Amino acid sequence: MNLDFSPEEIAFRNEVREFIRENYPKELEGIGSREDLTREEFLAWHKVLGKKGWSTPAWPEKYGGTGWTSTQRYIWSEENARVDALMPLPFGVSMVAPVIYTFGNEEQKARHLPGIRSGEVWWCQGYSEPGAGSDLASLKTTAVRDGDHYVLNGQKTWTTLAQHADWGFFLCRTDPTAKKPQEGISFILVDMNTPGIEVKPIKLIDGTHEVNETWLTDVRVPVENLVGTENEGWTYAKFLLAHERSGIAGVARSKRGVERLRNIASEELVDGKPLLQSQDFARKISQLEIDLTALEFTELRTLASEAAGKGPGPESSILKVKGTEIQQRLTELTLEAVGNYGAPYGYGMEGTGNDGFGVGPDHANFAAETYFNMRKTSIYGGSNEIQRNIISKMILGL
Amino acid sequence: MDFNFTEEQNMIRDSLSRLIREQYDFDTRRKVVESEAGWRPEMWAQFAELGLLMAPFSEEDGGLGGGPIDAMVVMEEFGKGLVVEPYVPSVVCGGGFLKRGTDAQKEEYLSGIMSGENVFAFAYAEPRGRYNLADLETTAKKDGAGYVLNGHKAVVIGAPWATHFVVTARTSGDRRDSKGVSVFVVAKDAQGVSTRDYPTVDGRRASEVYFENVSVGAEAVIGEVDNGLPLIETVTDEAIAAICAEACGAMKVAHAMTVEYSRQRKQFGVPIGKFQVLQHRMVDMFMEHEQSISMTYMATLKLDEDEVTRKKAASAAKVRIGQAGRFIGQEAVQIHGGMGMTDELAVGHYFKRLTMIDSEFGNIDHHLKRYTGLTEMDLPAAAE
Ligand SMILES: Cc1cc2nc3c(=O)[nH]c(=O)nc-3n(C[C@H](O)[C@H](O)[C@H](O)COP(=O)(O)OP(=O)(O)OC[C@H]3O[C@@H](n4cnc5c(N)ncnc54)[C@H](O)[C@@H]3O)c2cc1C
Ligand SMILES: Cc1cc2nc3c(=O)[nH]c(=O)nc-3n(C[C@H](O)[C@H](O)[C@H](O)COP(=O)(O)OP(=O)(O)OC[C@H]3O[C@@H](n4cnc5c(N)ncnc54)[C@H](O)[C@@H]3O)c2cc1C
Repeated sequence: MNLDFSPEEIAFRNEVREFIRENYPKELEGIGSREDLTREEFLAWHKVLGKKGWSTPAWPEKYGGTGWTSTQRYIWSEENARVDALMPLPFGVSMVAPVIYTFGNEEQKARHLPGIRSGEVWWCQGYSEPGAGSDLASLKTTAVRDGDHYVLNGQKTWTTLAQHADWGFFLCRTDPTAKKPQEGISFILVDMNTPGIEVKPIKLIDGTHEVNETWLTDVRVPVENLVGTENEGWTYAKFLLAHERSGIAGVARSKRGVERLRNIASEELVDGKPLLQSQDFARKISQLEIDLTALEFTELRTLASEAAGKGPGPESSILKVKGTEIQQRLTELTLEAVGNYGAPYGYGMEGTGNDGFGVGPDHANFAAETYFNMRKTSIYGGSNEIQRNIISKMILGL
Repeated sequence: MDFNFTEEQNMIRDSLSRLIREQYDFDTRRKVVESEAGWRPEMWAQFAELGLLMAPFSEEDGGLGGGPIDAMVVMEEFGKGLVVEPYVPSVVCGGGFLKRGTDAQKEEYLSGIMSGENVFAFAYAEPRGRYNLADLETTAKKDGAGYVLNGHKAVVIGAPWATHFVVTARTSGDRRDSKGVSVFVVAKDAQGVSTRDYPTVDGRRASEVYFENVSVGAEAVIGEVDNGLPLIETVTDEAIAAICAEACGAMKVAHAMTVEYSRQRKQFGVPIGKFQVLQHRMVDMFMEHEQSISMTYMATLKLDEDEVTRKKAASAAKVRIGQAGRFIGQEAVQIHGGMGMTDELAVGHYFKRLTMIDSEFGNIDHHLKRYTGLTEMDLPAAAE
């Protein structure tokens, strides 16, 4: 065991830092606090990385992974977080792609993986339904075989950024007579331009349009878009969820968040002195940093055991729970730090042409909105209650 | 000891709760919040008609002879309905200052507050002052018999709807001195007053208010020149009691909605309310709400006591309610799952209002510090 970077790793870090400095799109700088980004903004860095061959470090090399060690990947996320880089979204790169290269056929790999790497093709996740949230296996959307097509009917919801999506991966019921709800589900790739798909916005409490209802009416999907075996979709879905969870810890990003919080707290004043020098607030930052360190080392241990050949197991639930609690605490403290200027509403009221953006110091913009928005993190990706249930069942044997 | 409400107070509650039920449902509120004006002057007129705007004032002053408990009753109902109209800025703060003003000031302004014609906003916070009421860069310089005001007030709630401001400014001493603070009444249309208006995250409206060489007469001073801070603290403590009551109303609804949702929403074949981990969380929410009611009563009943007792009570309530509001708001959203995150459901709006109440008139840390500063920290004799 040791914590030092080798000379090669230091050289790698310098290379990466240099590359980011020279290539990170100027138009994305400082965009981090906004949530309502355009498709182009979301994809700008992804496309640069795609060209460089660095958009999918975690993939196996034969599909376009970088072959980096877990330490290199750690360095990679740290360096990106340092500049608040807008990283590739997870839906393609770290959700559907691992399913495709693990369970898909050669044709599917050839067809879909390149567009995910390059950032040309945007994917969305069609799992949840109005009646199937935590109990995902109770999903009702059906896919009925009709010649060489499946015909899909049902309603998905909470589909993140589906308004920009070219493709979606959907869980559908193909065998309604199966004995257990987990059986009889299939994993199907769907071109979002297929007739019969309707994507309707859901506005969230912070004012953003981040999620959607996705309605499917007689959507005809070629059978070759089935991944793996019919009725075996649940296995792939769970595999994907474990991948989704491990990415969710967000350590490097939270570290950068703590740094930003420290900067804000050194500019904000209490009785004429920096907030950072108030014991009360400084201790809260310290506590957060201590919790983050514990998470970081837990993640490093997990990565090491993954590198030793064990896939992400139920331990990834720890990363999800602790990671999201820290992200939420961070936004809570940021809102606290900005004091009265948390109140102005940056997105404003539609139609009134008046918003609260730019009232007060720049660092206060969207502090409250971000805090509200981040409440989602303990709900999605398997709620934190569900994660605790998983640990209780799978690790404690209760 | 008596925790019962008077007949009048019960009547206020009943008629207000009916009005809110009938004319302030969540969809109507949404339309109002999203409208250009952001409030309903005609609703304000109805509040006036119901006597709400005069309820807390003495009969001598033309009020209904109630007091802070009447304001508490009103604010709890406002909290339940997420009412956006500026009762605290105008009636509790504006009225709170002016009822302590001269007879001429009462005549000129207070009757208008009670009738609803005058709408006040309280311009006290400043960009670099945080929650310290004496940390003022706004100045009022003596000019003949009157004063000239210069400065910038931050996040003045209700200012876009106001006809008048109560403004705190430094008349002498150094920034943050407790002496040298004075309170002025300034008409919004006075020469040199300008605003930048915007909505707030919890559905209200506020402004940055700028004073540029605004001339006022000597009669604009409320209370004593240079000794305004005790008055400001008195009124602010009344406002704290009022928003604690508002928080209690919002907590009650957020909790009730959550319990109800947990009965309706089924996952894994059972209502989610059957999961013990959620049951205990909802029990904790219930206990937090009950503690908040207790603290609100306590703080409201102690508003008339000596200064230290009053301040400690207000700070204690504000701390406890800040914590309870955060817990209840966050858990209400969490237990609603994805639905709690939507703008469409009311529950997220209660969460937002409860969040913002913590930072109004000083947050948890500010009031813990104030409370601690007012508490004797002498060691017990034996330890010396
Ligand atoms: C912003 C956002 C983005 C999302 N993006 C996507 C997406 O792109 N694609 C997609 O498919 N889905 C997405 N989701 C959906 C998300 O995965 C679900 O919201 C989540 O699974 C919870 O389901 P639910 O909202 O129906 O809540 P419910 O399952 O109804 O849960 C309500 C509450 O009950 C609790 N609960 C449920 N079961 C239990 C139990 N057994 N024991 C204890 N407590 C329990 C939950 O933890 C929660 O607190 C997104 C959600 C949000 C909020
Ligand atoms: C100092 C002391 C004084 C006592 N005095 C008295 C007395 O005067 N009279 C008297 O009758 N008894 C008395 N008791 C006994 C006490 O009532 C029992 O200890 C108590 O009922 C718990 O029972 P148990 O110890 O068998 O623990 P268990 O019932 O086995 O509980 C073990 C754990 O499981 C939890 N648990 C159990 N059931 C549930 C559930 N349904 N949901 C969630 N969690 C659950 C418990 O909270 C506890 O954490 C006393 C106990 C102590 C320690």
